[in-house]
Amino acid sequence: MDFADSPDEAAFRARLREWLAGNTPELGASSTTDEYWEAQPEWHRALYRGGWFGLSWPEEYGGHGMPSVYDVILDDELANAGAPPRPSLGYLVQGIMHHGSDDVKRRFLPGLISGDERWCQGFSEPDAGSDLAALRTRAERDGDDYVITGHKVWTSYSDLADWCFLLARTDPDVPKHKGLSVFAIRMDQPGIEQHPLKMINGVTREFGEVVFDGARVPAENMIGEPGEGWPLAMTIVSHEREPHELGFASRYRKTVKQLTGLVRDDPERFDAEDRRELAWAIVEADMLQRHVSRRLSDRLGGIEHGPEGSIDKLLMTWVEQAVGHAALAIGGRAHDGSDPTHLNTYLYSRAQSVMGGTSQIQRNLVAWRILGLPAS
Amino acid sequence: MDVRHSPEQVALRDSVRQAVDRLGVTSVGQLDDAERAAKLDAAVGEAGWRELRTAADDAGAPWASAVEVAIVAEALARGLADAPFLGATLAAELRRLAGAPEALGPETVALRPDLSAPASPEDAAVALDAFGEADALVLVPADGGWTLAAVPVTGRGTCTDLTRPTAPVATAGASPVEGAGVLGDAELARWTALGLALTTADLVGTMDGATALSVDYARERQQYGKAIGSFQAVQHLLADAAVHAEGSRSAALHAAWAVDALAPADALAAAATAKAYASRAALAVGEIAIQVHGGIGNTWECLAHVYLRRALLSTDVLGGVGPNLDRVLEHAGIGAA
Repeated sequence: MDFADSPDEAAFRARLREWLAGNTPELGASSTTDEYWEAQPEWHRALYRGGWFGLSWPEEYGGHGMPSVYDVILDDELANAGAPPRPSLGYLVQGIMHHGSDDVKRRFLPGLISGDERWCQGFSEPDAGSDLAALRTRAERDGDDYVITGHKVWTSYSDLADWCFLLARTDPDVPKHKGLSVFAIRMDQPGIEQHPLKMINGVTREFGEVVFDGARVPAENMIGEPGEGWPLAMTIVSHEREPHELGFASRYRKTVKQLTGLVRDDPERFDAEDRRELAWAIVEADMLQRHVSRRLSDRLGGIEHGPEGSIDKLLMTWVEQAVGHAALAIGGRAHDGSDPTHLNTYLYSRAQSVMGGTSQIQRNLVAWRILGLPAS
Repeated sequence: MDVRHSPEQVALRDSVRQAVDRLGVTSVGQLDDAERAAKLDAAVGEAGWRELRTAADDAGAPWASAVEVAIVAEALARGLADAPFLGATLAAELRRLAGAPEALGPETVALRPDLSAPASPEDAAVALDAFGEADALVLVPADGGWTLAAVPVTGRGTCTDLTRPTAPVATAGASPVEGAGVLGDAELARWTALGLALTTADLVGTMDGATALSVDYARERQQYGKAIGSFQAVQHLLADAAVHAEGSRSAALHAAWAVDALAPADALAAAATAKAYASRAALAVGEIAIQVHGGIGNTWECLAHVYLRRALLSTDVLGGVGPNLDRVLEHAGIGAA
């Protein structure tokens, strides 16, 4: 039982620290400015070129085949260097790895992992949020292609995406969970229009809506089998609940570090209540780092991820929102027109209890699958 | 990094669980069963769990790390074990750090009345684990820090925690502990870290026990013709309890490891982080347990308040939320909240 680095881990950490010293871009705490999202693709490619991205993914697809505990070191050092977090696309990689054919994996994983090809995830629809299986986007067979008609919303990164990981209904005549399939569809075609959605913190480069009107996708771009869409989507969202797949721990710690600096530099400005919010943010962010270490250590023994992802998602949400409250208390409310970065961090934190499955859905899952309570 | 418990640590946990499954408290009535409590006390004593922090060699290294101490504490709390462990372990650690020989009889520690810090002579003081006659260690100012003295605990206390009595003790005329050297700031920080890690582990155990009790009840209790555990409002309370416990468990694990692995200031910060987190969490979980039990939860006969009361004591020993958030801020280079 040891939280300390092994010799190999320590050597990796030292190399990483040296690389970060010369390669950390000047970017905000993240997710709070359009500038961040514009620079994110280049940061992804820089991390990949440096050999720091996709640490636990197979080498044949551009990963490094290392134990996933190395992700903890990566997040730790990114936070220490004040670097942006690693791009959060582990859940798409997991979905393709678990459900895609060898051909699909060879065609799509290398570009996804290297950052040369940008992806968005087309799941939610205006009338299918928590009740995702009720989605209405249709995929109809036409020769060697499928033709897509429908409307996706709250689609992260749709504006820069080359590809959409699209969940659509291929069979309307079977129960709603059985008739869904997943496609990799090109975004640069006439049948697709995407519009940015402005988030409550003013960011316009993260969220989008995508309208499909006769867009085409070759049948060979189906990921998994026809009708495998629901289990595939569940693989994706279950990994999307895991702090280590998302790499958010470093984002929280980076914000906490900035807020700590603000209080240290000008202690008189902050009252006891402000300091208490900061103390909770420190405590919460620290807890999450230990929690991820614990989860990833369990995997060294071959324990696969399971329903406890819902507990992890709720913990991560509590952390993000505690950090958000500290950002609000310490970073100020910007009524005087000053830099609204920390206000925006707070506002962005409200999304964490919705994205990837609301906190209410996660509590249902914890009650049913972990505590064994009967479904209502 | 591999933070899984070793097979030996898992075996230790299982053996403590077996003892408390057999001899712990599973109903409020059992708290009055002196014969059972004596058997539990004897089982804990024979297993040597109270001596984990006594010196194992001339250099003063303990028999076991704080990780083992935390494993025992968590399992004892889960089964509401009403036997000395907390006070004895903290007393043994004080003796070890002061280079004093092992105690000859039962020993515990005396803290200030709010339990937030060790007591000194002339302070009003309260002894932990006041199960019967024993000595309670206090800290006496000395050149370069503190040394140890002992005051008598004269009988069984009755207080907040129904499983671990506390009792006021007179500290005037404390007798010096033979062979005790001086504890400096570093030693006191290390000792405080152990106390916080131990009580954090105890809080994790109470959260597990209280949640399990409440989940069982929610599955059985019928209203509107259905188990109340099928109602979403009740499910969400219990899900929150599980989340509080899991986050606390991760912080507690790190705190226990840090006691012996990190420099004193860092060990103390890790312990303070975990203790603040778990103190808030355990209060929430204890309250959820009472709420889920409804009217029954508000009666003395329901075990829910026994868990909550145990959590209240563990929280206050060496400080709950407030003092530990202050320690966290101080470690971050910021004055107290």
